[in-house]
Order: sequence, then structure tokens, then C-alpha cells
Amino acid sequence: MTTTTRIERHHYDVVVIGAGGAGLRAAIEARLAGKKTAIISKSLFGKAHTVMAEGGAAAAMGNVNSRDSWQVHFRDTMRGGKFLNNFRMAELHAKESPQRIWELETYGALFDRTKDGKISQRNFGGHEYPRLAHVGDRTGLELIRTLQQKIVSLQQEDKREFGSYDARIRVFSETTITELLLDGDRVAGAFGYYRESGEFILFEAPAVVLATGGVGRSYKVTSNSWEYTGDGHALALRAGATLINMEFLQFHPTGMVWPPSVKGILVTESVRGDGGVLKNSEGKRFMFDYVPDVFRKQYAETEEEADRWYTDPDNNRRPPELLPRDEVARAINSEVKAGRGSPAGGVFLDIASRRSADEIRRRLPSMYHQFKELADVDITAEPMEVGPTCHYVMGGVEVDPDSGAAFGHVRGLFAAGEVSGGMHGSNRLGGNSLSDLLVFGKRAGGHAASYADGLSARPKVAVDAVEAAVETALAPLQRDTGESPYTLQQDLQAVMGDLVGIIRREGELADALVRLAELRERVAKVSAAGGRRYNPGWHLALDLRNMLVVSECTAKAALERQESRGGHTREDYPAMEPKWRQVNLVCSLDGDSVRLTRKPLPKMRAELIGLFDRAELAKYLTDEELADFDASVADAGEADNR
Amino acid sequence: MSAKRQFRIWRGDETGGDLQDYMVEVNEGEVVLDVIHRLQATDAPDLACRWNCKAGKCGSCSMEINGKPRLGCMTRMSTFGDDETVTVTPLRTFPVIRDLVTDVSFNYEKARETPAFAPPADVAPGDYRMQQVDVERSQEFRKCIECFLCQNVCHVIRDHEENKQAFSGPRYFIRAAELDMHPLDSRTDRKEYAQAEQGLGFCNITKCCTEVCPEHIKITDNGIIPMKERVVDRRYDPLVWLGSKIFRRGETPQTSVTTARQGSATSSGATRGGLHSHAGGSHDQRAEAQAQAGVNWDREVPHPTAPAVDDRGRLPLTELTFDRAAAPSPFGDDVSFPLPPEHLNFAHPDQDDKH
Repeated sequence: MTTTTRIERHHYDVVVIGAGGAGLRAAIEARLAGKKTAIISKSLFGKAHTVMAEGGAAAAMGNVNSRDSWQVHFRDTMRGGKFLNNFRMAELHAKESPQRIWELETYGALFDRTKDGKISQRNFGGHEYPRLAHVGDRTGLELIRTLQQKIVSLQQEDKREFGSYDARIRVFSETTITELLLDGDRVAGAFGYYRESGEFILFEAPAVVLATGGVGRSYKVTSNSWEYTGDGHALALRAGATLINMEFLQFHPTGMVWPPSVKGILVTESVRGDGGVLKNSEGKRFMFDYVPDVFRKQYAETEEEADRWYTDPDNNRRPPELLPRDEVARAINSEVKAGRGSPAGGVFLDIASRRSADEIRRRLPSMYHQFKELADVDITAEPMEVGPTCHYVMGGVEVDPDSGAAFGHVRGLFAAGEVSGGMHGSNRLGGNSLSDLLVFGKRAGGHAASYADGLSARPKVAVDAVEAAVETALAPLQRDTGESPYTLQQDLQAVMGDLVGIIRREGELADALVRLAELRERVAKVSAAGGRRYNPGWHLALDLRNMLVVSECTAKAALERQESRGGHTREDYPAMEPKWRQVNLVCSLDGDSVRLTRKPLPKMRAELIGLFDRAELAKYLTDEELADFDASVADAGEADNR
Repeated sequence: MSAKRQFRIWRGDETGGDLQDYMVEVNEGEVVLDVIHRLQATDAPDLACRWNCKAGKCGSCSMEINGKPRLGCMTRMSTFGDDETVTVTPLRTFPVIRDLVTDVSFNYEKARETPAFAPPADVAPGDYRMQQVDVERSQEFRKCIECFLCQNVCHVIRDHEENKQAFSGPRYFIRAAELDMHPLDSRTDRKEYAQAEQGLGFCNITKCCTEVCPEHIKITDNGIIPMKERVVDRRYDPLVWLGSKIFRRGETPQTSVTTARQGSATSSGATRGGLHSHAGGSHDQRAEAQAQAGVNWDREVPHPTAPAVDDRGRLPLTELTFDRAAAPSPFGDDVSFPLPPEHLNFAHPDQDDKH
């Protein structure tokens, strides 16, 4: 059978899987390093999920408040991630994001401006100063379009030099990768299919960058598009890499809950940054009741103070609506559970009674447009109904912070963006993902290029691995006895949504693992009707096994971590536990099953931990760590005195 | 609140296909794309359809719904009558791949041909300074989600496959306009390029593109017309051409739309009347010669007039800021049809007898 299957073969230096912000930035970097680069896009070029990001890209440029600096940004990021972040990634991110944003302007991006003509920056939950470079509320679209157009401009250069647009960088649109191919422990290539024709395609390449985004399609209420099936997570696992922090999923606090067709679509945090407030069915502005002790100092205690903050942020504390996302999500969940929710099971987000219609339309144009067109709701006239939505996975491929190279026993594999783990710790701040894409996309692309340079011989693709990949890919089409992939996906979403959702319990998580094991049997026998040509049922059937293995990682890690932190809330362990802060849960694949191990977090360098108040650290660190901190402060003091 | 509704969906590939009938459940508050997803999960698991964000932000689910080019995710079922059959077909202008999926590579080819942003050579990253009011004009076009509905409805390619070679389409006219209006783009020939290489001249301003744009970009008024007018201004203004022929002078008459300062230009235009000719835009030497031969040199020649301008002496870019309904006539707003015969460049066989 395999002898008759036609496979298109290509040779590249660097193959980038994923055409969102991280993938495109990585590809640009690899091409600028002179490498022949392929970009694999699951959708059409320029449609990636990055377009959905509304708020902005966080970078401490200090254009609006000159007191901002990378140190403050670093501190906010660590605080937001509840100190579970890989400190080195948070440091690199805070230091490099301003350059990455400025660079976009040289590619043609047009951000909104300040009065003196610089890039304007807006407030956002968890950021101490206005920090998010933005374009109205369509920043993600601007970012993807800018990178897309930069790639076109590189192709135009290549056309002038070599006579072909595709000479050094080529986009394979509507192409899905199903397997990474190895030569020993080295990446040798990637195998997949064109969605349009169903024809197979084989890339031989020594370096692969994963930039496939997240896993949200395993959840029923999600803001994520169909592409978010955890492909990169699963490819990495199967290639011998490891995943960390998979228990941490971010549920965006304010997704639309009405009407049903748009359930899950996000209402950007800037609605709250620009004056929107959350109210329960009794009309009470309830967020004041949910300010945790660790944040007490930075947030207003009265509505009057909170309202003054919008115009005078230097002399007032911020409104509690701008608490980090997990806090807001939990607060909404509590209100709904206490019976004070809206008719559709959310709460009300009200900006209509607080800002003039003109101002709302000007500051939140696409939000206004979206609600008007999708739901026939006028946000300038009535409050929105919102509730928590699966939005982002903090966990992902465990990588070297500087190069983005995957850990585990595989070489030549890199990861950037949502598919990588560590940068955001247990909770990502809004605005940090767009800058994350740029900073680590560039790094992964550059390091993939130099890795390819450093090889003395190209790894070889083994024929039998390709044959096995073909067989796996065709299997669902050749069976007609199995279940429909759509049914299986719905069942998987039900398990994850009901048992591994925003609030978790030990019994439910254990139950989830049993059900996932049952689903694994059923997914192994899935069948897809129809042929190979643009057949969405077949595509879903192939994605299912990725969704399944990633869901297992999440459920296992969630069961293991007996505390609540950031995007992981255990009803049976509601407190944050300093002991657990020292631990990353690492998933790897042992044959077919997911293996979970504990790994200590790297120790933060003294000059970085010195950026925090001791009082703040006391909330996160164990007593031994604090003693250590005191000793290092004393050492530094003595050194100064000498 | 759910009911069975009648759907007709085009199924097939490049070898042919037909409309197939489905009865499908529809719930309150759903959009057409929800119904298509339900069909995939039930009766038609291999029904091909592109989609991504389901929020009108990515522009993937372009289709024709009851003959109208729409985004499936932005078309609420409540906009149809309860017993209305909903017919869904693929975009007509592009070759079908399968079912509702078409080959839109034409657009990506045109995108690659459009010269990219040219950064200013002497400004370092981080030193870009632009005023909000200046970036806003380009930002309007950067709202484009590349759903290609404008490309799909454009008559120049919808009904004339042969034009695709020379014509880039509205999406890439606004890309050119966006770069033309970019405060720091260092190329100065965006308009000329649009005219010479993108086929801007083919566009006859029927505004279909603007009508279907889900982002409500004023493609024609804010993008295409300003590009056309300024191209005309520089190279093809028929008034400039004809004026120079008529007056046999080397100098350019006061017709330039960007330099005209005539106080109340609208009223002065109305009192003087206008003179217009298609011959001026012709590239055909013989036609031009004939047109010239036909000119009645004895008639009273009205002065060329400038179009209406606003307080700042500039052409109104949108209908909103303009003082009359609809867009400016490409022939000038002060001209009514039919034109008086004496204003035509036409040599009647008997004209010499009359004079």
C-alpha cells in the first residue's frame, strides 16, 4: 500500500511549524540568518490565532509613564505567574520586548500614538504602568499582518536575487504536520499532509521550530480556534521532549456567555482598563470583596478611589477589576455559584453606564463592532454578559530559556510562543503573550539556524518511519467501524470541561483519567467518512490523538499538584503552598503512556530576587528560601560596607 | 428554542457538483457557521468549509449565502425568515477546491507582487515618530481581515477571468493606499504603481467592494478614489490634457485638485460649467487625433474647473465629511447629462455648414 502512496519531498535548513506570531518571527530570523526556511501553516497564511489577541503587546518602553523599566515588567510578570515562572525567560522577555516592538515599526506596523508621536501604551491587568503597545483593540491582527508582510518583503528580496519568491522562505499553507522524524536523538524532518488535496508531504530538515500554539479545543467553552489541538505539545512528546506546567490553563475571566453561538469569545480586558466594571445580578460591584491579601496594597478599597485612578493613577490605587485574570475568573465563578449570576450563567460587565457612547466607540471599536454584529448587543447602551472561558495554556514544551531548544532526549527541536512552557509560570499576564511570541520567536529561529550551521552531517530520515507515518495518517479513512471524530471530540470536551475545568477536585481528576483512558481506546479506532481531499472529518480524526495525550498530561499534573496557584485551582487545596513553588511537574512519554516527574525550579539570581520586597517574597517562598534570601542581602550589605 | 430549517449547500469539486438539501436543527442566537458545524457533526462529516476564529476577526469563513458574499460566522440565522431556505455556495470568483472551499491563491500572488513597506533609511528602530491623526488613515486599511469578499464581488474579475492577470483588486488597492498614506514609507510611487502595475484604471467605482466589507472599510471612498484622483492629478487629468491642447500653451491650467484655491470652489464651478472628455484619458493615438480634429474651435469653451474642496483645500475623502450624498461623480459634480452638444468633441458632418 505504502509503495503506491505519492509523497512530495522537500529539503530545508529550518522548518517552522506554525504560522502565528512566534512561527513567523522565528522564520524571519532563520531566513535573515541565511537559512532555507519553510513555514507550515495549518490554515491560510495570515489567519493564525494570533489575530484574536486584542489588548496589546507588553513592553517596558516607558512612553506613557517614564518610570517603567524592564525591572518593573519582570517583577509584574513573576508576580502574575506566582513566582513559578522560569526567571530567566521572564528576564529576557522584559529586557528584549521593547526592541522587538520597535522592530515591528520598521516592518511597517502602525501602532496607536502618544501626543508626542511615540507608540501609545495602555493599562492592563497585572501591569504596574501603562505598558501595552496597541492598535485599537486589534493588536494581534496588526502583529500578524506586519510579520506576514515582512515575510513577503523578504520573498521580494529573494525574487530579485534568485528569481523566485520561494528561493529561501516558503509558506506551506493549509498543511498539517502529523509526525516529527528522528535520526537517533536528532530531528531529521517532519511528515504531514496538504489539507486541500490530502497528498502527503515530507520535509527533510535538521532543525524544527514548534510554534503551534495551545490546546483549547479540548474544552467546550473556549476562545480558541479549531487549530488549537495541542499538535506541537504532542509532536514534542512523541519526539522525546518534555512538557512542563501542563496543569496551568488560563481561563479568561470575561468571555461572552450570550448568545450561545459566540459563547467563549473574549471581551478584552481593556474594557475594564477603560472603565468597565463587573456587577452581579443584584447590581453590586463585587470585585472589592475578592482582593487577595498579596494584592491588597496595590488595589483601591473604595469605589471612589478606584474611579479616581482612571484619571489620576499616580495618587490612587487601581480598581480591583484590574486584578490578574485568575483572580477575576475565580471571583466571577464564586458569584455565579452563590446564585448572583446573570440569566445566561455569567455576570454583567458594564461600561455603558460609565463612559459616553462616543468614547466607547472610539476606544473599543472592534469590541463595539463585534457585539453589535454577532449578538446585536449595543455595548454603549447595555451591559454585557460575561464568564470564564478557556483561553491559554501556560504549560508547554520545556525549553532552554536562552535558545528555545527543547529539553528531554531530542536535539534540533525548538519551541516558541504558547507551545513552550515556563515563561508565564502559573498564570500569564494579559499582553505578555504577544511580546513573548516576538522575543522567543526570534530567539528560537536564530538558535535553530545556528544549530543547523553547527551540524557536520545532516540527519537522515528513515524510510520505515515515513511508512509508519503514512499508515497512521490513512488509518481513519480505511476503517468504517469506528466512531465519528466529532462525537469523540465532544466527549473529550465534556470530560475536560466538567472534570478538569476551572475549579478542580481530586475525585473528579481521578475520574477524568479513567475516562481519558477509555477515550484513548475509542480514538484509536476512530473512522472518518469520505476521501482525502479537504476532508475536515479526517483532519479532526488525526488531531484527536494529540488532544488526547495533551489532556492526559493536564489531568495528571492537575491531580498531582496539591495546591491552588494561578491557572490551577483545587477546591480541596485552596491555598498557595510555598513548597509547591519549588516544583515543576514534567510530563514525558513512556511508550504510549504519560509519565509525570517532579523537577526543582532553577534558583533565581541574587540581583533579580533583590528586586522584590522581603514582605512580598514572604508570601511565596519557604522559610529556608527566605533565610537564604536574608543571608544574600546581608552578604551584599557587608560587601558594600567593606 | 430550536427548530428544523431547510439548507441548500453546494457540494462538489472542480469537476462539478450541485446543491444538496439538508434539514438541520437551528437554535436561537446561532449563525450560519454554527449550522454548518452541526451538519459536519451529523449528516455531512466531510463537508469542507474554512473557519478559524468564529468571531469575524480572521476572515476565513467567506462564502455566498443566498447569493450574497458574507462571513458565515457573522451571518445570524435570525436575519432569515422562519421558513426561508438558506442557500450556501462557495465564492464564485475563485476556483472551487471542494464544497465551500475555494482556491484563493490569486490573492496571495497579488500580495507578493505589491511592493512592501520601505522603511526610512535614516530613522533607527525606536525613533519612529508619527501623529495619531496621520496614522489613522492607514490604520483604517490595516483593519482588513483578508476575507477576500471584496475581491470576490469585484466585477472586473468576477465576470472576466482574463482580467486577473493585470488586475490586483480592491484588497491590494487599499494596501497600496495604506502605504501611500503611511507617514514614514519612503517610496513615493505608490499611486503610479497602482495605476501602472495593479490595474487601478480598470476599477469603475461601482462600490460593490465597500458594500460587502465586513470591517466596513470605505474601500472606494477612502482608498481607491483618492488613489485615482491623485494619479489623475499627476498624469492623466483630462482637463490638463485638453486644456493644453485647446489653449496651445505649455503651461498647466489651474486644475490641479491639490493646488486649487478658489474660495468657494463649488459655487464657482456651478456658474462656469464644466468641460469633460473621455478622449483625454485615451492611449490610442488615432482616437486622440480624431477627437482633436472634431473639436469645434469656434464654440465658446468653458473654463476648466477644479472639483469641490473642503476648508483645508483638500478633496473630501469620505461621504461623511462631504456636503452631498454619494461619492463625487468621476465626471465632476457640476456636470449633468446629457452634455450640451456644443461641449462634445465631435465633428458633425454638417457642422461647418452651420458656422
